[in-house]
Order: sequence, then structure tokens, then C-alpha cells
Amino acid sequence: MFAYYLQLGLRSLRKNPLLTLLMVLAIGCGVAASMTTYSVFRATSNNPIPQKSSQLFVPQIDNWGPDASQDNKGEPPNAMTYTDAINLMRDKRATRQTALFPAAVSIVPADPQMLPFRETSYAWYADAFAMFDIPFLYGHGWTADEDASHAAVAVIGKKLNEKLFNGANSVGRNINLNGRDYRIIGVANTWNPEPVFYDVINTNGFDDPIEVFMPFTRAVELQTTTNGNNNCSKDPGKGWDAWIGSECVWLGFWAELPSKEKADAYRQYLNGYAAEQQRSGRFRWAPNTRLRNVTEWLEYQKVVPQEAKVSLLVSLGFLLICLVNTVGLLLAKFMKRSSEIGVRRALGAPRKEIYLQFLIEAAAIGLAGGVVGLILTGLGVMGISLVFEPDIAKLATLDVSLVLLTMLLAVLSTVLAAFYPTWRAAQVQPAWQLKSN
Amino acid sequence: MQIKPILSALRRHKAGTFLIAAQIALTLAIVCNALFIIQQRVAHLSEPTGIDEPNIFVIKSEWVGAPAPDQADAQMRADLQALRQLPGVQDATPSNSYPLRGDGWDDAVRLKPDQAQDSSGSTIYFADEHFIDTLGLKLIAGRNFRAEEVGHMDMRYKLAPPLVMITKALAERLFPGDTAVGKTIYLIGGPATVVGVVEMLQAQSVEHWASDFAYRAVIIPERLNVSLGTFYIVRARPGQLDAAMQAAAKALFAQNPRRVINDDDGVLSFSEVRSRAYERDRGMAILMGVICVVLLAITAAGIVGLTSFWVGQRRKQIGVRRALGATQLDVLRYFMTENLLISCGGVLMGAVLAIAINLWMVTRFEMHRLSLMYLIVGVVLLLLLGQGAVLAPALRASRVPPVEATRSV
Repeated sequence: MFAYYLQLGLRSLRKNPLLTLLMVLAIGCGVAASMTTYSVFRATSNNPIPQKSSQLFVPQIDNWGPDASQDNKGEPPNAMTYTDAINLMRDKRATRQTALFPAAVSIVPADPQMLPFRETSYAWYADAFAMFDIPFLYGHGWTADEDASHAAVAVIGKKLNEKLFNGANSVGRNINLNGRDYRIIGVANTWNPEPVFYDVINTNGFDDPIEVFMPFTRAVELQTTTNGNNNCSKDPGKGWDAWIGSECVWLGFWAELPSKEKADAYRQYLNGYAAEQQRSGRFRWAPNTRLRNVTEWLEYQKVVPQEAKVSLLVSLGFLLICLVNTVGLLLAKFMKRSSEIGVRRALGAPRKEIYLQFLIEAAAIGLAGGVVGLILTGLGVMGISLVFEPDIAKLATLDVSLVLLTMLLAVLSTVLAAFYPTWRAAQVQPAWQLKSN
Repeated sequence: MQIKPILSALRRHKAGTFLIAAQIALTLAIVCNALFIIQQRVAHLSEPTGIDEPNIFVIKSEWVGAPAPDQADAQMRADLQALRQLPGVQDATPSNSYPLRGDGWDDAVRLKPDQAQDSSGSTIYFADEHFIDTLGLKLIAGRNFRAEEVGHMDMRYKLAPPLVMITKALAERLFPGDTAVGKTIYLIGGPATVVGVVEMLQAQSVEHWASDFAYRAVIIPERLNVSLGTFYIVRARPGQLDAAMQAAAKALFAQNPRRVINDDDGVLSFSEVRSRAYERDRGMAILMGVICVVLLAITAAGIVGLTSFWVGQRRKQIGVRRALGATQLDVLRYFMTENLLISCGGVLMGAVLAIAINLWMVTRFEMHRLSLMYLIVGVVLLLLLGQGAVLAPALRASRVPPVEATRSV
């Protein structure tokens, strides 16, 4: 029966090629617009570390007071001072923790023919490798002891390892950073979470993967400047030491808290810490702290670009219009065949069969619309770089799940649109139709 | 034209009528908002920087290692000399930033040292005495920096220059109706005297958060020595931009090869800077434009489709009317009026919907209130579209011969 109805459907579609083409194109366009913008939305609202997104937390401490925070809806600064970061690192109240910043580091190749160059570099603590589940190709991360001794060690990324050592195991060899030698103790495999959750503040969520990791303690000892933002509420004073000791915020901080109890305890600890700072006279206000996990942090930092949201909404509106359009055209098409329906009903076909026949016909249109939509989505994803900056555009890809989703959306929405016209078709009175012709 | 018979005919086609009206309503709501988004984005990306864009390019020279401030400053002076000597170069200046760069140093400006609330936000541009000439700025009051007044400072040093230049927009904000030259303003590190006012210089960020101080800038007479590197803003002689861009990078490497000038964004002409800064705005405008066009086409096609169906359905009635004496024009007018009635219903619903969507977007996204102009334009556009789309089927209807009335019964 199914095959027969499909055949009937296809024949009827061929009978009215212009109307069919119109419906197929409308569905194709609507689906393609929605899917293209959805691909961007999906990429930007992606969970970068699903296995741990509810266990990794960003603590925030208000070290500027209500005067500054009232401009920001009472929220504490987005980054941390060196003083607070070091105190939190010392107290070690989380299972794992790290302070971090993008270090301004240039790589000086051993080959004098090669010019110095820069790669994305971060200074952080030993715990970070395990916290962020960083995969290793060779070697491993450094240890807490090496943190404590400010060791001159580094972990490099796979791409940099290929550039400098042609992909060979470079553990034990040296790399020259800012004119000083560091012993490579690990080569990280590709680690490219999207969005870049570990440093949203300095990257807006999208950046190249890290190629150089160095110990935080060593970077600070060498007075390595941050490559990221530095925000001061008042003049920090002159020189590095004054800056380090100032209330300027410039560090990221992450704590791993595997259970709800641990997170609650850490919240209490943060408030206790802020209260202690208040008692000692550093803060002249009540504790104001936050603890957000990865998902909450990305949401709070508005990582999904507004453009992605607005264009997704507009595209969905577009799809809705295409569907209303399809309802109208299907209605016209089905009602034109009233006499055919009348004959079928008079020959004994129950309403159910009419439903089935016309819904199958609609599904065929949906399927054709899906194919058109798929082609247009492919073009759309290719053209997305016209709309979004390269960092974001390269994340939007046409993969298997998007292909399936496109087809599913096309067929489902068309069948949905066909319900009303089909119902009307099934209501056709056989006697009436037979009489008037 | 009698409207009553049209209305009673429409009552027998409730579903079709409603579908066309709904489609017109939704289309109007989306097209209005999309046009409005386009206008906002285009207005945003057409804002002038106030500088001589066609001849300017920017070099980002990053230091290798972390040179001491004095060492970095000596290198900067040597670099600037090398750049200024190039034949295609008119002038060059060092800076921490430039308009449309995106981020940099922003600071609060106060009029008294102990003021609780800032008087204004501002972009801080570090500069030397060549800054005005290089960017092609117009000095409208006071004077430029003198060479001996230009110092250099470390990133971690107090921002407290003895004198500064400011933009007209900042001057008007701080000293409305008064002259700014000779007045004192307070930066984060201390007081500074205003010696000059430039007509226009845009902020480094054109993002929404910086829109409060879009054209308010303070120009500081210091070379900023950051251990990371520096920007050189270079103005080429007219028509020699490409040659100067190539020569400049070469000259810097000849001066000292221990530096990083990135391949992809180390040397940027200002038109590239502009296109990077406004990538999202331009993209959004293009996307909304495409959606508008396709949407209008689909709606028009939908109207053609449904009206054709109605015409086909009513051939006999049309024949009867014709046989009873209606002219071709009467039939044509009938279908045109019918569409106009449906369209009017549609745009009425659509106008309400458009405003509702806009109000919702104002609360959720950084959007402005829809101006009535766009609604009117949208309404007219859709009414015309409806009339245009219905024309072909209506013409076909008008050609139905009176003899049709006698057939097939």
C-alpha cells in the first residue's frame, strides 16, 4: 500500500510541476536557513568539556567593592588579583586548582635562519593538565614539586612539536622561550575545546589552541607579562612588584570540585576567605563571591554571539513562513483533487486510507525539500564566513548529525504542515463530488 | 466596487484567506525587523574614524624576549627613524592602539581628583609629536605636542602625563560651552593639562559596551614601552600604500631581525582593519538582506499559487458573471480588491507582531526601538507585493470567457 501511495503521490506531484517546485523550494530554503544558522549556534553554544562541565568552577571574589560592582549588577570582577589567586592556591581547598594567564612568550628557534615567532602560550599550575583532561602524545605534565621549585620546564602542543621537531618525540630536548631554555617534559596531543572555556575573558571564547604551557610560578618569577586583559580600579603604582601586590585583576582561576558537597564547602570557604580579608582591613565591604561551573560561566560571559541567536531566531521565523506557505499550497493541491477523493471514498476507501495517502505524498515533498535544503545548507555553511569572523565560522561544519537533522526537519515539518490540508481532504463528501461531475 | 460580495465569498474560503493573511503578517513582522537590523548595522559600520584611512597602515611589531623599557624605547626610536626615511612613507608614529582595533587601554576621566563618579570614559592613545600628522587629524584648538615634551613610559608606570590632547567629543562632554585648552583633567594617575583639541578620532572599540565613549579619546605624549611589542601607525604618500607596506616590514627587519611581525596580521592596511572590525555587522546585514529577499519571493509565490487555485475553482462563477454583463476589468478588479482586503488584514496583524517582536528583542538583545518609518515601508512593500503577485492569476481570471457558464452542467 505504502509503495502504491508513494507512486500516486509522485504522479500527482509531476502533474503540477510548478506548484510542487514552489513547495520544495520553499521548504528547502526554510530548512537551509534554519540549519545554517543552527550550525553556528550549535558550535558557539557547545559544551567544551562535557565530562567535567559540572565539576570545574570559576571562583570570583569582589576585591573592588560595591562602588565598582554596582556598574556590573553587583557582580565581582571577572578575573582575579595575584594576591587572591596565590592565597587560594596556598589554601588548596579544591581537589585540584590552578591560576592561569596567557603568557607573552616568543619562541626563538635553535636554527638561526628561522625568525622568532609566537604561539598561544599559557602559564598555569601542574593540576591543570589533569583538571582539563589534556591528552599527551609523549611525556606528561610537570608536578607540584616543579611548581614549587619554579622549574624551567614546558609542555608543547602537537603542532609546535611538528614545526620544531618534525613530530619526533621531543621530551628531554630544550625550547627557547623569551631567550631562556626550558626542558620539554611533555608533548600534548590536540586539545582544542570549543568554546575556549578556560580563558573566555581574553579570547571571547574562540581562539587557536595552546601550543606552549609553562609553570605559573616560573613565569611570574621572570616577570612575564600577561598577553590578556589587566583591569585596575585604581592606580597600581610603579613597577612589577607594585602591580603584583595591587588590586588589579588579570588572572583566571579554576577549581575542580567533583561533588555538590565539595562545591558547597568551597562556596563557604570563599565567603570565609572574603570575610577574613574584610577583618584584616583589605576589603571594606561584606563578602561578595561567586562560584560558577563551566556551563554557568559560559552563559554568564555570553559566549554565544548575539548575532548567532538573532539570526537563528530570524531563520526559524523564516521556516515558519515557509510552512504556512506550504499549508496553503498543499490545501490548494489537495482540494483540486476532490473528485478523485470522492471516487476513492465511494469505492470503499476509509478516511484512514485518505489520510495515509496524502501524508505520504506530503512526506515525499518534504524529502525533496530536504535534499534541496541539504544542498543549500552546504552552500550556507560554506558562506558562513561572510557573516561570522573566521574564528567562529570555521567551527560551523556540515557533519552527519546536521545532515540527518536537516532531512528530519524537512520531512517532519512538511508532514506537520500537511495535517490540516489532509484533514480537509478526508472530509470530502463522496456523494457531492460524484453528483456534480 | 462592491466589497460585500467579496467578503461573503472569502467567508467560504476561510482557511485559504487566513493562510495568506498569516503569511503576510509573519513576513511583515520579520522583514520590518530585518530591515531595521540592516539599517542599524550599516549605520554602525559607516561611522567615520576621523583619520586618513586610504593611506594608513598599521604594523604590529612584537619583541622577542621581554626587553627592558629603556631597551624597547631605543628600539622604537630606531624603528621610527627607519620608517620615516622610507621614500613611500609620509610619516609614522608609535602607539599602543588605533581606532577599530578592538581592545586597548580605556580609562576614566575626572574633573576633580577626589570625584566619586567618573566624568567620562575614554580611549587612551599613546603618541608622539608625529601622531596628528600621521593620522591626518585636524587640530581645532590649542597646539600639538612638541618633540621635547614626548617621553616614554613603562606599562607598569603611573599614567600621569603633564599634558594631553583630547578629542572634541570629550572636550564637549567635560567642558560644555567652554574652551578646553588650558584646563586640567584627572586620569587614573593624576592631573594633566589639555594643550590641544582634535576634531575627530574614534575609539579603539566599536562594540556596544564602548558606545558610551565612542569618540572620546585622550592622547598621551609618551611612547608606551610594553615588553610585548608596539604598533607603528604609518601614513603612506598618496598612491604608494602597497609599496610602502612591503618596504616597511623589510626596513624593520633590516633594522633588527629579532622581532615578530605576523604573516596574517602583522601589517594591515586600514581598509583591512576596518573590514575586520565590522565583520559581524557586515555579515549580519548581508544575512538579513538575503533572508528578506527570499522571504518576499516565497510569500509572493505563495499568493500566486493560492490565487491561481481560487481562479481555477471559480471559473464557472466568473463565466456566469461575465455572461451577466461584467467586463474583463470588473473581474480583474474583483481579484485585486480581494487580495487587497486580505493583505490589509495581514499587514494589520503583522504590524502588531512586528512591534511585539521588536520590543522583545529590545529586552533580550542590544537592539533599539523600531522606528515607525520601517513599519510604513514594510506595509507599503507588502501591499505592493500582494498586488503584484495577484496580477497574473487575476489577468487569467479576467480572460475566462462568458461561455464557461454554460459548460459541464
